[in-house]
Amino acid sequence: MKLVDSAYVSQKTGKRWIPVIGLEVHCQLKTRTKLFCSCEYRFGASPNSLTCPVCTGQPGALPVLNEEALVLAVRAALALGAQIASASRFDRKNYFYCDLPKGYQISQFDRPYCKGGGIELSSGRRVRLARIHMEEDAGKAIHDRGEFTLVDLNRAGVPLIESVTEADLESAAEAQEYLSALKEILQYTGASDCDMEKGSLRCDVNVSVHPPGERWRTKVEVKNLNSFRYVGAAIEHEIARQVAAYESEDPAQYPVQETRLYDPQRNQTRSMRGKESAHDYRYMPDPDLPLVQIDAAFLERQRAHLPELPAARRERYEKQFGLTALEAGVLASERAVADYFEAVTRASGRPKEASNWIQNELLRWVGDAELGVTRFDELQLRPSELAEVIELVEKGTIPNQAGRKLLREMAKSGRPAKLLVKELGLEQVQDLAQIEEWCRTALVGKEKIIADVKAGKDAALNALLGPVMKLSGGSANAALVRETLRRLIAQMG
Amino acid sequence: MRSYAELDALALREETVSGRRSAAQNVAECFARIEALDRELGVFLSTERARAEQRATELDAGRAHGESAGALFGVPIAFKSNFCLEGFESNCGSKILAGWRAPYTATVAQRLVDAGAIPVGMTNMDEFAMGSSSENSAFQLTRNPWARERTPGGSSSGSAVAVAAGMVPLAFGSDTGGSVRQPAALCGIHGFKPSWGRVSRYGLVAFGSSLDQISPFARSVRDLELAMQLISGRDECDATCMDLDALQPIVPDDEQSLAGVRIGVPREYLPASLPAEVAREVRAALAVLQRLGAEIREVSLPHTEYAIPCYYVVAMAEASSNLARYEGVRYGARVEGSGSLQSMFAATRGAGFGAEVKRRILLGTYVLSEGYHDEWYGRALKVRSLIARDFEQAFEEVDLVAGPTSPTPAFALGERSSDPVAMYLADALTVPANLAGLPAISTPCGFTSSAPRLPIGLQLIGPMRADARVLRVARAFEAATEHAQQRPPLATGAAR
Repeated sequence: MKLVDSAYVSQKTGKRWIPVIGLEVHCQLKTRTKLFCSCEYRFGASPNSLTCPVCTGQPGALPVLNEEALVLAVRAALALGAQIASASRFDRKNYFYCDLPKGYQISQFDRPYCKGGGIELSSGRRVRLARIHMEEDAGKAIHDRGEFTLVDLNRAGVPLIESVTEADLESAAEAQEYLSALKEILQYTGASDCDMEKGSLRCDVNVSVHPPGERWRTKVEVKNLNSFRYVGAAIEHEIARQVAAYESEDPAQYPVQETRLYDPQRNQTRSMRGKESAHDYRYMPDPDLPLVQIDAAFLERQRAHLPELPAARRERYEKQFGLTALEAGVLASERAVADYFEAVTRASGRPKEASNWIQNELLRWVGDAELGVTRFDELQLRPSELAEVIELVEKGTIPNQAGRKLLREMAKSGRPAKLLVKELGLEQVQDLAQIEEWCRTALVGKEKIIADVKAGKDAALNALLGPVMKLSGGSANAALVRETLRRLIAQMG
Repeated sequence: MRSYAELDALALREETVSGRRSAAQNVAECFARIEALDRELGVFLSTERARAEQRATELDAGRAHGESAGALFGVPIAFKSNFCLEGFESNCGSKILAGWRAPYTATVAQRLVDAGAIPVGMTNMDEFAMGSSSENSAFQLTRNPWARERTPGGSSSGSAVAVAAGMVPLAFGSDTGGSVRQPAALCGIHGFKPSWGRVSRYGLVAFGSSLDQISPFARSVRDLELAMQLISGRDECDATCMDLDALQPIVPDDEQSLAGVRIGVPREYLPASLPAEVAREVRAALAVLQRLGAEIREVSLPHTEYAIPCYYVVAMAEASSNLARYEGVRYGARVEGSGSLQSMFAATRGAGFGAEVKRRILLGTYVLSEGYHDEWYGRALKVRSLIARDFEQAFEEVDLVAGPTSPTPAFALGERSSDPVAMYLADALTVPANLAGLPAISTPCGFTSSAPRLPIGLQLIGPMRADARVLRVARAFEAATEHAQQRPPLATGAAR
C-alpha cells in the first residue's frame, strides 16, 4: 500500500499533489591520478599546476584509462547492488566551453559500465538506480576576476561516476535520506570522499508534480545544489512553485521542460535554459579508447574487497553489542569510525564503553583547532590506546574525569598513557588523610547541607561531592570521598 | 662512393657507422640538398638546422667514445607537420596553429631519435591532413619533382617529396584515407600504411582517429621494414596500440620467389574508366608477380563503390570532434571577437581554419546531430563493417589484394581544387584499407609513356596484422623491377 503522507498539500486549494523526484549525483573517485593521465589531483592546489599534455588537450595527446578508477567505480557499483556490464564503452560528449580542453568530455552514453542497483530507505521503500557511468570532470572557469575569465585545468580529467536514480523519490526528506545513504556507501567502499564543500559530490534533481492517480507531468531539472540542505530546500521550493503554477489554471504559467538554477540566497530557482536551447551533444564512440572489458575474475577480486556496509553494521552493533539504534547509527555512518569502534571493542572487550568514549570524546574532537583534526581518521590515537584508557578507568586506577584529560593529552602529544598518568598525577588518591583534609575544607560553612544529611537526606551529600573533587583536581576516589563525608558529618555534634 | 641522395637509410647508416661518413656530414649534405631544391619544391614548413647539427655532433662524439650505433645512426629524417616533436613547429599546415611549438614528443619520433635518427624539419601538408594535393596547406604548395606544375599528392605532400627528391632517405606521414600511399604513388617512392593499432598515434595530431595511422615513406622496401621494426609495438600512452605479431625481417634468400602466394585483383579496382596507362602498368606489375611464382586471381569487393561516402562521413564526424579543441583558449591563434566566449571561439575558428577544414567540420557536425545521427553516422558505421567483411571474404581465397594506388597519375595543381568531390575521388582506392584497418603499401610499378613522365603506383593490401606479408611481396617485386630506382629530373646546385 502506498503511503499518502508523501503527498504535497496545497495551502491555497487544499488539493493533494504527488511529487516525482529523481537525482543525478556526480561523485569524484578517490584515485591517486586522473582518469586518463598520470596527473595527481589535490583540491586547492595552485591553478594549472596539476596538468599535462593529455588533460590540457594538447594536439596529438591521447587518453589511457586509469585502472584504479575502474576498480573504485566497480566497487561502488557492487556496493550499490548494480550489474556490471562485461563490456562498456567511452563516448565523446561534444560541446564548447572554456573549461573543457578537448571540446568534448569523455563520458559513457549508451553503454555505461553498470545498470540497476539501488538503495533502501528507512521507510522500506527502494530507490532504484537506472545506471552509473564513468566520465571525466571539466576544469574550472573563474569569472569574478576583473574583465578576464580565468581557466584552471587542475580538475580537468578527474574521474567521476554519475549515478542516476529512477524517479522513485517523493519528497525532499527522501532525497536527503537517499543522498546520505549513497554518501555512506561510497565512502565505505573507499570510492569517494563525497565532500560537497570540495565539490567531490554534486547533485542535480529532476522534479515534477501531478495529482494523485494522474499521469506524470513535465519535469524540471534543478542544478547548483552545493549541500544536502540546499537539495532539500530546492526540491521544496520547486514543488511549491510547480503546484502554484498548475493551480493558477493558466496554461501559459504551467511548468515547461527546462533547466533551472537554485539560488540559495533567495531560496528560489530561476530558469537557466529551456528545452529548445538544450545542447545537442553529438555523442560518438571515442575511437581513442578500446571497449572496457570486465571479466568474472576481476569482479570477484573487487567483490572480495567490499567492506561490510553501513546498514549491515548498524544491525550487527545492535544485536551483537547491545547498542541502541542511535548509538549504532552514529558509529556506523562513517567507515573510519566504525572500524575504529570495532578495533577498540576487540582490544578492550567493552563495546558499550568503547561506544561511549568514541561518541562523547573522540567524535567531539573533530574540528577542534587545538588538536588540528578536521577528520576522524586524522586523530593521532590508536584504538589500542583508547582501550588502555578504558581499562584504567574501569579498574578504578584513574577517575573518569582524569581519563578524559589523559585521552586528550595522548591525542595531543602522542605520548603513552602510563607516562602521562604519572606526569599529570592522574592516579586516584586513596590516601584517607588527604581525602579527609579536602572534605573538612569543603564542609566549612555548609551547616544547611550537614543538617539535611543528618536528617536522612542522603542525596544532599552530592552537593558536597563536587567541591571536594574540585579541590582534589579530579583525582580523589569518589567512593572514598562519599564515605569520608558521611563519617565526618556523623561525628559532628 | 655513392652520393648522399642515392643512398637508402640502411646504406647511409652503414657508411656512417663504418666511418666512411659522419653524422655531421650527412646533416650538411641534407641541408645542401634542401637549400638547392626546396625553394622550387616547397617541401619544408620549417627546418631545424641548428638542432640537427648539434644532434649529429653528439652522435659522432658518442661514436668516437665507443657508444653503440643505433639502427638509424646518423640518418636525417623528416616529419609531416602534424607530428609533435618538442620544440618543433607542429602547425598542421594550418593558420590556427601557426607558430605553435609542441610541448612534448610523439612516441614514434622518440623511438626514431633513440635509434640515432636526426630530425631535420617539418614538412608541408594539406591542412590537418585534409586533402590530396597540398593545395589545402595554409602556407605553400608542394610540387611534384617529376613535373613541377603537378601535385605530389597529399596530404603528406612534403614528406613524400623530401624522400623522392633525395633530401632525406626516410620520412614520416600519416595515412587516414591514403595520405601516404597516394603521394608515394604520385612521386615514385614506397609508402606503407601499417595495420591500425600496430603503431602508436601518441603525438600525431588527430584527424580521423579510427582511421589515422603513422606511415613511413622510403626509397627501398627494406627501409620501410626497418622503420616498422623501430616504430611498432605497445605504447603506454596509446590505449589502442597493441603488440601485434612481431615484424620479422624478410628472409633474404627466398626473396625472388613468390611461389604459393595467391594475389587477388578486385574487379572493382580495375574499372573500365581507369586511364589506360595506369591499367597497363598495373597489369604489367601483376604479370611480374605471376612470373615470380604468385597465383593471380580475380576477386570481388562488392561494397567498394560505397567506400568514399562511408569514409567521408566517418572521417568528417571524427574530425568535427577532434578539431573542437582549436578555439583559442590554450594555444594557437586567438581572435577576440565581440567579447563573449562564444564569439571568441567563432572568430578564432573562422579566421584560423581554411575552407576545406570548415567544410568537413560542418558536415561532420551535421552527420552527428540529433535526428541525423542514425541516418548518416550510424549508417556509415554499418557500411564500414560491410567493407571490412568484403576483405575478410576475399582473404579466405587469397593472401593479398592488389590494384592501383591512385586512379590517375599526378594531376595538375589547380585542376581539382575547386571541385571537392573530384578531389575526394583521388582516394577511392586507398580509403577501403583505412576503413578496414588493413596494412597496405604503394610501391612504384611504372611510368606514363606520354609526357610528362609520371610515376604509377601498385597497391598491395593484406589481411589485418599481415604487415610483414605485404612488405615481403613488395620487396620481391622491387627486386625484380627497376621502377623504384628511377629518380626524378632534379637540377641541384651540385649538378649545375
